[in-house]
Amino acid sequence: MSQPPTGSPAIQITDLCKAFGGQTVLARVNLQVKAGETLVVLGRSGTGKSVLLRLLIGLQQPDSGSIHMLGREITGLAEKDLYEVRKKVGFVFQNSALYDSLTVAENVAFPLKFHTRLTGSQRQDRALEILARVGMEEAGAKMPTDISGGMKKRVGLARALALEPDIMLYDEPTAGLDPITSSEINDLILMLQKDRAMSSIVVTHEIHSAATIADRVALLDQGSIVFDGTFAALKQSEDPFVSRFVQTG
Amino acid sequence: MPKQTELAGSSMGSRGQSFLEWIGELGLFTAKLARSTFSAPFHFHELLQQMHEVGTRSLPLVVLASAATGVVLSLQTRESLVRFGAKSLLPVVIVLTIIKESGPIITALVVCGRVGAGIGAQLGSMKVTEQIDAIEASAVDSFKLLVVTRVVACILMLPLLTIVADCSGILVGWLANTLIEHVSLLPFLADGFRQVTFHDLLPSTARTAIFGFIIGLLGCFQGMRTTGGTEGVARSATSAVVLASLFVILADVGLVRLIQVLFAP
Repeated sequence: MSQPPTGSPAIQITDLCKAFGGQTVLARVNLQVKAGETLVVLGRSGTGKSVLLRLLIGLQQPDSGSIHMLGREITGLAEKDLYEVRKKVGFVFQNSALYDSLTVAENVAFPLKFHTRLTGSQRQDRALEILARVGMEEAGAKMPTDISGGMKKRVGLARALALEPDIMLYDEPTAGLDPITSSEINDLILMLQKDRAMSSIVVTHEIHSAATIADRVALLDQGSIVFDGTFAALKQSEDPFVSRFVQTG
Repeated sequence: MPKQTELAGSSMGSRGQSFLEWIGELGLFTAKLARSTFSAPFHFHELLQQMHEVGTRSLPLVVLASAATGVVLSLQTRESLVRFGAKSLLPVVIVLTIIKESGPIITALVVCGRVGAGIGAQLGSMKVTEQIDAIEASAVDSFKLLVVTRVVACILMLPLLTIVADCSGILVGWLANTLIEHVSLLPFLADGFRQVTFHDLLPSTARTAIFGFIIGLLGCFQGMRTTGGTEGVARSATSAVVLASLFVILADVGLVRLIQVLFAP
């Protein structure tokens, strides 16, 4: 299982449905992300954007529909096979979800400990190398509680990159950050995309982030995709909800 | 408007349903634990860390609690035995009481408070801050890493802590006794252990492995089903201690009777 050729779909979502206690969150969502493409999923808070990402790595199971990741159907996949898919997918959590009992470097080295044959010191070196790529080489020995929100996002990003994934999933990577730090995180995402040519889905409600990093934009409203196209096309859309979202965003 | 009795009935029905759901979920959790414990991968490094956390770090508290029990037992028993003219039985009463009951139960209750609450709070906090999801997203089985290692560590460390607690209780029991009326240590121990058999020591100590299982299981179960932020974490920690203490005491009743039946002299 590896990154498919550029242009072919790395992620294919078909008729995806999810409800919680009778409340529909996703209703027949169809999306495709090509190899090397960055799709930004926009939407108001509580429209199921984060749920969509969790379904993509099997943290939750859909009620119906199918998800193909790197050519492999992941819905209903056995746990062991699902872990194989997850090794190829990096996930950046909204609140970073750093392990608070480990140092920053240990957080980044965590996936390496379980999926590589590197020794402790090699893992440490590799972790510092990855931290340097996100501008956090100085913070390796610090605890997550001792660093700022923006730094946590960078470390979360570094941890997601540890296994050199083919797909990156970002859950609100700039939420709760000041405009300058948000811009730095957006630049970092762009730089990593350029370096590694990964396929990415970025979930956000911030129009500015979408304008900076998106190859394509999808807009989610009430569980359905109401727009799928380029950012330029999004800005020109005459759909009342889409234009209101763009203008108020 | 519904009558008060109807409302009370409906509330009891809902509580009953929640209780049955809890039992069902605990059953599934235990079955998953049994499957996961004996299948690869095994996280030995994490297991050693947890054994250190459960065993070494609980040691001072266990020693102190059992020492205090030894003092109280010595003072109280001495007074009763003197009253009945059976003072010479004091060493054997202290040794047997500590080995057969107070050592195991005091150890289990101390570990319930320290480790049960710790596991409930730690896993609960990891759950609400998505750290457990992050482990899963890193393609690591969080159940094997967090739950199996903690439960196995509790099972392995409880009997060892109990042996230390027994030694501490007996030694401090002797000390309390000798401060009132001098008795040398060796004769005290010789008298105390003269009537102690293998059947007194082994089943009583080994049963604490079951207490360890209960503490680890309920701590992990309550922690892993945490919802609702910091309030939820506090609820999990409290419920882990309360439930583990209650189940340890209830299990003790059954196990004592079982040991009496299986190891009858």
